[in-house]
Amino acid sequence: METIRADVVVLGAGGAGLRAAIALAEADPALRIALISKVYPMRSHTCAAEGGAAGVIKADDSLEHHFNDTVGGGDWLCDQDAVEYLVREAPKELIQLEHWGCPWSRESNGSVAVRPFGGMIKQRTWFAADKSGFHILHTLFQTSLQFASIRRFDEFYATELLADEGRCAGLTAIEMRSGQIHRFDARAVIIAGGGAGRMFPFTTNGAIKTGDGMALAYRAGVPLKDMEFVQYHPTGLPSTGTLLTEACRGEGGVLLNRNGRRFLQDYGMGPETPLGHPVLKTMELGPRDRVSQAFWHEQRKGNAVPTQWGDAMLLDMRHLGEKKINERLPLVRDMSISYMGVDPVTDPVPVRPVVHYMMGGIHTDIRAATSLPGLYAAGECACVSINGANRLGSNSLTELLVFGRRAALSAMEYVQSGARPGAEAALSAAAVAAQARIRDLMQRGGGTETVAGLRKEMMHTMEQHAGIYRTGDGLAEACGKLADLRRRYARIELHDKTNVYNTDLLQALELGSMLDCAEAVTQSALARKESRGAHQRLDFAERDDRNYLRHSLAFYHPTQAPRVDYSDVVITKSQPGVRDYSGGHK
Amino acid sequence: MSRRPYVREVSKSRWFLGQPRYLRYMARELTCVFIGAYSVLLLVALKRLSEGREAYEAFLQALASPAGIVFQAVTLAFALYHTVTWFNVTPKAMPIQIGEAFVPGGVIIGAHYAGWAAVTVLVLVLAEAL
Amino acid sequence: MGERPVELEILRYNPETDREPRFQRYSVGCREEWVVLDALNHIKETVDPTLSYRWSCHMAVCGSCGMMINGEPKLACKSFLRDYVGVIRVEPLAYFPIERDLVTVIDDFMDKLARVKPYLIPKREQPVSDGEYRQTPAELKKFKQYTLCINCMLCYAACPQYGLIPKYIGPAAIALAHRYNQDSRDGGRDQRQEEIAATEGVWDCSFVGACSEVCPEHVDPAGALQQVKIASTVDWYREHLMPWKKK
Repeated sequence: METIRADVVVLGAGGAGLRAAIALAEADPALRIALISKVYPMRSHTCAAEGGAAGVIKADDSLEHHFNDTVGGGDWLCDQDAVEYLVREAPKELIQLEHWGCPWSRESNGSVAVRPFGGMIKQRTWFAADKSGFHILHTLFQTSLQFASIRRFDEFYATELLADEGRCAGLTAIEMRSGQIHRFDARAVIIAGGGAGRMFPFTTNGAIKTGDGMALAYRAGVPLKDMEFVQYHPTGLPSTGTLLTEACRGEGGVLLNRNGRRFLQDYGMGPETPLGHPVLKTMELGPRDRVSQAFWHEQRKGNAVPTQWGDAMLLDMRHLGEKKINERLPLVRDMSISYMGVDPVTDPVPVRPVVHYMMGGIHTDIRAATSLPGLYAAGECACVSINGANRLGSNSLTELLVFGRRAALSAMEYVQSGARPGAEAALSAAAVAAQARIRDLMQRGGGTETVAGLRKEMMHTMEQHAGIYRTGDGLAEACGKLADLRRRYARIELHDKTNVYNTDLLQALELGSMLDCAEAVTQSALARKESRGAHQRLDFAERDDRNYLRHSLAFYHPTQAPRVDYSDVVITKSQPGVRDYSGGHK
Repeated sequence: MSRRPYVREVSKSRWFLGQPRYLRYMARELTCVFIGAYSVLLLVALKRLSEGREAYEAFLQALASPAGIVFQAVTLAFALYHTVTWFNVTPKAMPIQIGEAFVPGGVIIGAHYAGWAAVTVLVLVLAEAL
Repeated sequence: MGERPVELEILRYNPETDREPRFQRYSVGCREEWVVLDALNHIKETVDPTLSYRWSCHMAVCGSCGMMINGEPKLACKSFLRDYVGVIRVEPLAYFPIERDLVTVIDDFMDKLARVKPYLIPKREQPVSDGEYRQTPAELKKFKQYTLCINCMLCYAACPQYGLIPKYIGPAAIALAHRYNQDSRDGGRDQRQEEIAATEGVWDCSFVGACSEVCPEHVDPAGALQQVKIASTVDWYREHLMPWKKK
């Protein structure tokens, strides 16, 4: 087995992973950095983010505003010290990205332009037309190419973390092109593996978003935090789930039901604002959880627009005009035409809520450190937590920059504080065992289950019981079903038993990750008997601060359901209050 | 067992067959042969001219022969194809930005045709005047 | 919701079991609005789990699913079944070695991309605390289209020069170098010229123009290449006719 020795292993080469790798390389050129990803960096799902990244830059805005929007938007489940850190670092990170060449859209005087976004009281979302994530990813990737100390391992799939004496000491990974297991020794590991939206059938997430990083840490004993909070983005194309950015509404697009009514006014987000003049933090610029929930109610009332792909609402952008749509939302127009056959310049586009983002993830402290010494996490796979019960659009791109860098600095401090590599005997034994487990999965015969079959059942279960509104009965059923699926997973047999670029094996491993994450979602959701942010229970319709102003922590068990525990929310200056999107503010 | 990447051979002589895009390209490249041949013809014309009136008259007669006419017609066709394809790509090679907007490709191409026409007229006028 | 039978002929190659690539035919029921990628996923899920290919975003931005579809380099996620009649032939991107099935080896592109220094080399260093570099919308527009490259490599698979001269740096990498050269904040052109003004750089381009025709993001790499040629030619004349102007 080939062994690669590094000081820091960064797992995941999307926005957070690349930002971490660059921070490490800049801080200490002598550090040996191994950047591992199951895909080439430019394929990472950061590229699909459209709207932009939030950071206070304009004179009329303040860190205080950004803090309040974020904490309120998260229904007070955010750790406020982390949010303070985020909003303080955000402008620096976004300027840093500008210095690296990110083609941010500009004002006529040459300063960066900002646009309105849901739940934000000021315009503070930096954007590069409607391909902001794409440009952030490519800017980071291209910038990373100048650092010789960043050694990339593209298309390596990590299978297990290696630990020695209670410290994280590296990982094992399969090189996809050869099928060979490699051992990576490291004094610190940063996981930046992204979210797990693919556990749902209808999602904006790309095929690679299977929660591998989360599962890796989870199985190593690190709890997954607040996993019950799954964000539905209100505006996905019903045909494919393709995202139409919130910037559609930021630029002035409105949502209509089948009667042509801007129905958000009926759900505490009114009064109606004038067409073409969006007002911040109300109506179509309400937060994603509220807008998606409003659609659910409209659907129940029979006000949804029927399409061949199911119920939808209409996103009307016609009044923006062709010039503005082409300039600000070119991708939206292109995708609406390609995948729905609807041109937003001439017709309203049918859209419906679609699974988009995991607020929860690997439990870290404000330093991006996990409970396992030497293990750090950042980006969507982590829960630090700045998103609480509902993330505001355009905070995630900022988060992966700010906490990608933070994870790097923490890991470096840890390495420089004299963290030793793991003992050879222990690592070697663990790696050989990890290799044996993969070999067993590949060579196993007589299996009765298939990857595609189990995956389909998992997706169906999640959609049915862990969607926008949940019930205790439904969640209990989902938990039972997932436990069963995990058992059946042990009886899976691969069709493809060859080594080179075996995607049957890859998908089997990804399914394993998703099943573990899915169970953490449903168990945490079942245990949280309240409604908060993106977690809405029909049987517990109110927020319950007395009992549940706490983070849930799901602890892995190899054969049983996870144990769900809780930890306190950090509150520094904003006491829980009412989330007001009624436009009553001045 | 492990990796054995398979390299598909590219034929050095037949790669452009069966692909209309490549055939169009080869036709464009071929035009240079005719443009070159016509340049040689012009040099020959100069040489004949320097050899005196009789030599030049004979040369002109040769041009008016059926073979001469066919050669010139074919060359003209290729020269036109060369010109059209060349002008069509000028907006790519020489984009012009005025303020924020780029000058539309059609305008740049049109300007080239206009320039061509102007030079042609100038040459005819000069020929007439001399 | 219409469904129709679709026949796909897919080039298969497993180095462990095949001496050389071979076509395999699949007949599957597909929905009218599907793209070729949906059909491949359907095959993998219901007919043949051994079929290997890359994909992720399904929205033409990650650049994973480039392949030859009826001989044309295409993104499978943006090739609609409704646009094809008869058997659809799917092959790995041309000119790249085949790792397995539709998966190609792209090391060559990754190496070349790194060589052209596709990152900002600032004209003048400015600390982050001094804020952003100023750049007008016009200055942004000058290079914006070249930033849109998703590295899908369709342009390489369309370029006969790349097929014939494997050392040629190729369209996408040069277009990205040009992107930074054209950026008002950048001062790194001289450093990039070494690679892109060389024979294996722009001068191996014979302006077939196929790269720009197949580019799914309308980056127009052919345009970038010609502009680099012109600028490099101007450099040459400057250097040789006006040697006193040498920097």
